[in-house]
Amino acid sequence: MAESYRRSSWKNMLFVAPYLTAFVTLLVFPLLWGMWLSLNKVDLFSGAKFVGLKNYARVLADPVFAQAVKNTALFVAVSVPSLVALGLFLALALNKTTRGSAFLRGLFFSSSILSVTIVTLIWRVVFIPGDGLLAVLFEAMGWTPIGFLSTKGWSLFSVGVATVWWCLGLPMMLFLAALQQIPADLYEAAALDNASKWRVLTRVTLPSIRSTIMMVAVIQIVMQFQLFGQAQLMTNGGPAGSSRPIVMYIYETSFVRWEIGMGAAASEILFAIILVAAMVQYWLSTRKEEA
Amino acid sequence: MSAAIEIQSVTKRYGALTVLDDISLTITPGEFVVFLGPSGCGKSTLLRMIAGLEAVDAGEIHLGGRRIDTLAPGQRGVAMVFQSYALYPHMTVAKNMAFGLENIGLEAAEITRRVTEAARVLEIDHLLDRKPAKLSGGQRQRVAIGRAIVKEPMAFLFDEPLSNLDAALRGRTRLELAQLHQRLGATMIFVTHDQVEAMTLADRIVIMNGRKIEQIGTPMDIYHRPKTRFVAEFVGSPAMSMLPVAAVTAESVEIAGLGRIAAQLPGLSGFDAAGAVLGVRAEDAHVLPADQSGLPFTISVVERLGDRTLLYGRLGTVCDLVVEDTGRSTAVAGQTVSVGFNPAALHLFDAAGRACDGLGG
Repeated sequence: MAESYRRSSWKNMLFVAPYLTAFVTLLVFPLLWGMWLSLNKVDLFSGAKFVGLKNYARVLADPVFAQAVKNTALFVAVSVPSLVALGLFLALALNKTTRGSAFLRGLFFSSSILSVTIVTLIWRVVFIPGDGLLAVLFEAMGWTPIGFLSTKGWSLFSVGVATVWWCLGLPMMLFLAALQQIPADLYEAAALDNASKWRVLTRVTLPSIRSTIMMVAVIQIVMQFQLFGQAQLMTNGGPAGSSRPIVMYIYETSFVRWEIGMGAAASEILFAIILVAAMVQYWLSTRKEEA
Repeated sequence: MSAAIEIQSVTKRYGALTVLDDISLTITPGEFVVFLGPSGCGKSTLLRMIAGLEAVDAGEIHLGGRRIDTLAPGQRGVAMVFQSYALYPHMTVAKNMAFGLENIGLEAAEITRRVTEAARVLEIDHLLDRKPAKLSGGQRQRVAIGRAIVKEPMAFLFDEPLSNLDAALRGRTRLELAQLHQRLGATMIFVTHDQVEAMTLADRIVIMNGRKIEQIGTPMDIYHRPKTRFVAEFVGSPAMSMLPVAAVTAESVEIAGLGRIAAQLPGLSGFDAAGAVLGVRAEDAHVLPADQSGLPFTISVVERLGDRTLLYGRLGTVCDLVVEDTGRSTAVAGQTVSVGFNPAALHLFDAAGRACDGLGG
């Protein structure tokens, strides 16, 4: 009875079909097509020509790509821990039911709803030489001004500051949600157990939200490897490519030099990097939990 | 180690709402006291004020001669077992028990000794390396008690610790708590709304209702000499029946609309019967043989409990009554019988609900 019912119920697939159609056309198909493109020499005027792994070899041999990977890795290595630490700090500080903290939560989250153009505009006003906020401040203090957007090292740093400011809202909200799931009586038990504030934080609070910390870290790794808009609008990858991220390399290769096959190959490499980084992060945190 | 607890004129308010009003109570060292009352009567709040989890708005609390209501919870020398157990989910059983001791900087050897000893007493030695998620409700309950024991506190506070256990386990744990109290000889305060727990565990019961203490007394005191109508109706199962009173003399009570019954109420003069009621427990009312006359009682429900039978019905057309009969009772629903009362065990309450029978005195 059950078996025959299940076999007869192919019509049930119709219920999934609308979503499945969108999923396949907008996600699976582009993903596979991108892989196919990466194995071809393609430009917009002539057709595709199969070249095997040649595109990958060219990308990996390209010193500009190597520099972009280095920049992006450095950017992720600094911005992700900053986002996790600051988000956690803000969540801990604002995990109260007062009106003031509700207002501040809204304030810190508000940057997340801005578009990247607005964010970079705001931060250009801060960093721009001559009339920028920091320039004026440096001048007032009598210090030598720094060309934040045009100096090697500082340019990527400035992009990082704008990014952390822009992306801080989501980690904070996720941490707040996790903190509010911790039962109040654990804190009461800890109070009766004579636990200091530090012990409560490290022995009760942080272990209770460990899975959220891991989730936030993975989300941010995936997001920050895809850095593009801020770098393009604030520094355009300069000076001398010192703030060019991988996605900008892909953009320039595909849509400035029109080497679409090579751009697709770089995209697949980025995909692999993000996958590996997220898996390593996941593996590290679950391994600690098992121990 | 056990110590006396003295609660002096303690008041608790939440904004304009007063939840405890001028509560005073003295608990002697080693005593097992149960706070009993309906939901929302403030019994848990009072316990949490002793623990330091709620602030005291007025009054003082002393433990072992030292004022504690101004101290942090961890400084008070009390240990608490929570209704939800509140075990740290990511720590093993051993770590859960050791956490409080590590916080006060006790040396490792002593911590190990205390944890091992408590685990042995509570028969949870084989669970020490497990985390709370891998334990059953009863085992978690033991760990929570163990966490209290290792602190060697001056007083134990229990906040409805048995309410999350199934009936069989609750009965067993109740017995074990009584044994634990005997062995440790510690001062214990136990909050519950379950009168069986209160009657079986307590040296003294504190009955609370509506911001106030209604009565403090031994379980038998509370049961046999309720000072107020609230206590009389709250304690005992089935609940005490209340009969409307028309007039009272030292030897008899006239039940409104039914007639006189014999009673022993010495020392009653000038009692105002207006609004008064006569309380009768089921075991103090009985079905009379056919040749004796009493008040007419129409049975509506017969509950056969084996050793005894409870008859629920109406006395005349006046009020509800529960009558206890023997296990071999032949009563059936719909039948009308004569009932009589034990004249020495009747409880008279005035219109304000105060006991006036010379028993509750």
